[in-house]
Amino acid sequence: MPLVRFTQNIQRHVACPPRTVEGGSLGEVLAAYFQQNDAARGYVLDDQGALRKHMAIFIGGEPIFDRAKLSDPVPPDATVDIVQALSGG
Amino acid sequence: MSNRLHLATRKGVFTLERKPSGWAIKNVSFLADNCSLVMHDPRPRKGSAKKSKGKDHGTLYAALSHGHFGVKMHRSIDGGKSWQAIAAPTYPAKPADYVPKVPTEGTAADWVLRLVWALTPGGVNEEGVVWCGTLPGGLFKSENHGDSWELNRPLWDDPKREEWFGGGADYPGIHSVCVNPKDPKHVIIGISCGGAWITRDGGLTWNCGGKGMRAEYMPPERAYDTNIQDPHLLVQCPAQPDALWVQHHNGIFKSTDGASSWSEIKEVKPSVFGFAVAVHPRDPETAWFVPAVKDEKRIPAGGKVVVTRTTNGGKSFKALSKGLPQKEAYDLVYRHALDVDETGDRLAFGSTTGSLWISEDGGDSWETVSTHLPPIYAVRFEKPVVA
Repeated sequence: MPLVRFTQNIQRHVACPPRTVEGGSLGEVLAAYFQQNDAARGYVLDDQGALRKHMAIFIGGEPIFDRAKLSDPVPPDATVDIVQALSGG
Repeated sequence: MSNRLHLATRKGVFTLERKPSGWAIKNVSFLADNCSLVMHDPRPRKGSAKKSKGKDHGTLYAALSHGHFGVKMHRSIDGGKSWQAIAAPTYPAKPADYVPKVPTEGTAADWVLRLVWALTPGGVNEEGVVWCGTLPGGLFKSENHGDSWELNRPLWDDPKREEWFGGGADYPGIHSVCVNPKDPKHVIIGISCGGAWITRDGGLTWNCGGKGMRAEYMPPERAYDTNIQDPHLLVQCPAQPDALWVQHHNGIFKSTDGASSWSEIKEVKPSVFGFAVAVHPRDPETAWFVPAVKDEKRIPAGGKVVVTRTTNGGKSFKALSKGLPQKEAYDLVYRHALDVDETGDRLAFGSTTGSLWISEDGGDSWETVSTHLPPIYAVRFEKPVVA
């Protein structure tokens, strides 16, 4: 199963421990993670479910393409890193 | 008089208290986090005194605006000692077939919360009701102290709402919500840039009521278009709710008929430009402004910080400077950063350069509390909780 890891910067607002979850696409992986940690959802996704403007996600070290619908595929052994973009300050 | 004051700043919420020795910082919350707004709701809460060890502090709300993580809301019932995360307003799913109209200027507003820009308690007998104005132009209401929020659809779905545009921001925003103390279904809001809108049925129907406001920044034939006006802040006299004042992008306006029509006040030295305005709680003829050189500069005229005050409904103004810096000062005062307490005697304002001044004599003289706070976005007195 994919491993989801979060930037340290988010931890002082909401605890986001690394966790392996089910899912074949980024949307499925995040949905599975947020099902167990609903408070974290709004820190990563906006009102319409898109990735927040100043957040970034990497799958196996590669930046994602689809920030709106989160359709990027996630291999079963991939690591998904959720970090803050420097554009946000 | 109010002896507690809350500041929303670029680096947290600062709570100050007045002791015999003067004003001092009592508490800092959310240190280092960007706080766009703080609001104290003085209405008593059922069970609150029990939860906060005997004293009902009312309810304090803070809107954080994280650069990366979005807008987050928090609530305190012990005067800011402890906070509870509550829901942030959320825009509903945008319909797949929705095609926005092109606004008068700029790009169409999206359906994503960008900023909490207004927080106002509901009526005296509406426990738990809070109104929330936002960028990009949605008005939200909570009926449970912020546990959940609902977008006001009649306003959001009004085609004229899509003509609003941003003033100093990418999106339009609701910065003022005035709830008539005598009739909580009568609500007036101010929008940059969308003028003043009025509901008399609690938000079921709305009318644009900015007749008489004038926009210098538009072509002459559009200057009096009510829906493109840029009121920087709209305030209501609690004792006479039909009396309102607006600090507008290019002037000062007053209304005596509940925001239906406005008259412009042009002769004010040193400037009619500014963001902040406060009105006396009982005397609608008395209002305070913090002027700046007009829009393309936005600095105090001549490097001198002054407050302008009228006590006769705008017939004349006095520039108040005692205790304020009178040379090489470049403090700009944002729209929510001036407040008056429930007596009308105590005022406070804070600036973009982290200065905070307090007056205890209606603005005649000012005390410098600090000149090195973070940039100040909002200044709010904690008003007494009256059961």
